[in-house]
Amino acid sequence: MKCDIILAGVGGQGILSIASIIGVAAVNLNLQVKQAEVHGMSQRGGDVQSHLRLSDKEIASDLIPYGKADIILSVEPLESLRYLPFLSKEGWIITNSKPFINIPNYPPIDNILAEIKLQHNNTLLDAEKIAREAGSIRAANIVILGAASLHLDIAYEKLEEAIRYVFGRKGDNIVDLNIKAMKLGREFAEKN
Amino acid sequence: MQKLVLLGDEAIAQGAIDSGISGIYAYPGTPSTEITEYVQNSKEAKEKGIRSSWSANEKTAYESALGMSYAGKRTMVCMKHVGLNVAADPFVNSAITGANGGFIVVAADDPSMHSSQNEQDSRALAKFAMIPILEPANQQEAYDMVHYGFEISEKYSIPVMMRITTRLAHSRAGVARIIPQMQKEIKLPGNLTQFVLLPAIARKQYKDLLKKQDGLVKESESSAFNKYYEGKDKSLGIIASGIGYNYLMENYPDRNCPNPVLKISQYPLPYKLIKRIAGECKELLLAEEGAPMIEEWLSGYLRNGLKVKGRLDGTIPRDGELNTNILARALGLEDTRGKEIPSVVVPRPPSLCAGCPHIDSYLDLNAVLEEYTPGRVFADIGCYTLGALPPYNSVNSCVDMGASITMAKGASDAGLRPAVAVIGDSTFTHSGITGLLDCVNDNTPVTIFILDNATTGMTGGQISSAYGRIEDICRGIGVDEEHLHIINPMKKYHEENMKIIQEELNYEGVSVIIPRRECIQTIGKRKKAEPVKEVK
Repeated sequence: MKCDIILAGVGGQGILSIASIIGVAAVNLNLQVKQAEVHGMSQRGGDVQSHLRLSDKEIASDLIPYGKADIILSVEPLESLRYLPFLSKEGWIITNSKPFINIPNYPPIDNILAEIKLQHNNTLLDAEKIAREAGSIRAANIVILGAASLHLDIAYEKLEEAIRYVFGRKGDNIVDLNIKAMKLGREFAEKN
Repeated sequence: MQKLVLLGDEAIAQGAIDSGISGIYAYPGTPSTEITEYVQNSKEAKEKGIRSSWSANEKTAYESALGMSYAGKRTMVCMKHVGLNVAADPFVNSAITGANGGFIVVAADDPSMHSSQNEQDSRALAKFAMIPILEPANQQEAYDMVHYGFEISEKYSIPVMMRITTRLAHSRAGVARIIPQMQKEIKLPGNLTQFVLLPAIARKQYKDLLKKQDGLVKESESSAFNKYYEGKDKSLGIIASGIGYNYLMENYPDRNCPNPVLKISQYPLPYKLIKRIAGECKELLLAEEGAPMIEEWLSGYLRNGLKVKGRLDGTIPRDGELNTNILARALGLEDTRGKEIPSVVVPRPPSLCAGCPHIDSYLDLNAVLEEYTPGRVFADIGCYTLGALPPYNSVNSCVDMGASITMAKGASDAGLRPAVAVIGDSTFTHSGITGLLDCVNDNTPVTIFILDNATTGMTGGQISSAYGRIEDICRGIGVDEEHLHIINPMKKYHEENMKIIQEELNYEGVSVIIPRRECIQTIGKRKKAEPVKEVK
């Protein structure tokens, strides 16, 4: 088993929570994990990415090589395209369709969405809308994780278990909200 | 013991705790910050009484650590690569004094300059100082090497550098721990003049340092961290250092590289092993993260016309980080790079946060400076350096910690009026105070903004070392009370602030303006951490 995931977004959008949930699930399955993060200057509203690598064998590089990512999981549509050179030919782009606009020259959103739809395997979803159904737009990142869960070689229950572990400290309500958000994201991806 | 999933930085910190350090010293700097933060947040470290609070700068950190080593205890000092420049004086001289208690200096390099103003390679400084280097390839090695590094440090009575780079510092992987060691007792050096670098003593100590080198080379040659891997195809031998080894091996899914590979993770260079690979192979390829250090050292060492490929001959780009694909191209393997980035994608550079006090400070300053020709604002290292970017375009320099005040002084001395410096509260206490003293002594016409957001913002909100005392420091240095102002950088005070700034720009002497408002990030964190108060 090998699964290489690029997590993409803008500083502060919560991609590291997604990484820790997948990471915890993978460690509980005794998989090898490497996860490269971005700290420092870029975190200030700039583009951020995390390379998450899972394997049943020893992993050499902390970074995913170009053309080897199985999934680009993005919480922002423009950011999902920034990492295309990393995506493998059969890889999936799974991204939020809702833009995060903090630059004056943000391209027309229709052009971005059209470009995403050109990609061989893509799932586009309005994660905020779905998260609102689950109870809070703050769970938008977990909705996208749910959509991506179809393509992760990890049993769905293991991801639920990891959500309980990662959010456990914040109380049952937050855990339930995130579990629901993940489920709705998955259901959306199954239907579309 | 259970495996932990740790950043490279955290693996080093856990290694230090488990090696029985008594203190860790540092000033925050990406990508080294998380080492000290891990110790600060560790329950275990607290129980063991390991001291870990932030130092004013890398030089004070280094010297404090050297003092702890003098007293016979194990200690670690951590900094980013440019921090080592600040600490270069004690660093180079500590090679000559030698260590007493085990002493490790961690230098975290930032190739590709993700969060830095240059990509200097700390191995060059260690070689210059004749200090051994450990360069881990992964998180487990980082942990293990701390234990080993202290042993080498104590065996040879020498500080040891651990050199890491951004990708290792900020990447997580599983780390297995070993049983923690006790802290050492106080034990002063047997020779109480060991640390007295008077010329007569320094000459002797220096000879001792030179004598240690042969032993250190032998340690490298027999070290488990330097490994020679056999390979059938001897048309090319590969020397890979630190995480360069990972990128090399990533190209071989079954890890069966056909060429002989020498993995180097400990210096001085293991000459025996290099002789072997150079003797067996027709050509050499260097895979090192950072500058072509080994490549340059080899060209002096081999002298036999053996072709060496790497960053110097263009096989690998001269600057920037390594990666798997760069090495694939160098090895003639398939470059797996996928589709290009579509043209619709535009850059999204970092920017000041919405609600950041620096925004208002720059808007105040920009409005007043509109009357003058541009190019008179000298800035410093911190979040406020982002004021160089649109829409602010407020600042004209960013060189090194503290250089704002002193460069403004030099420009003012040259006749530039007004000359303005912009420096953060934490950068001011790091390296700005002495520059302010120079200005006061000369009564230099400069207007110095000390942007006081009550934290070290860029590295994640560490405590600022002169919190609440910035104006007292300025007064103590001799800044005239009439030209020392604390202003509130908020939109509603814009006119009022402009008036103060204008008056001080006109003043032919030292003015200090302190725009004071807490960092929007730390307010958020603090509010999250505080218990919810009942509303009456």
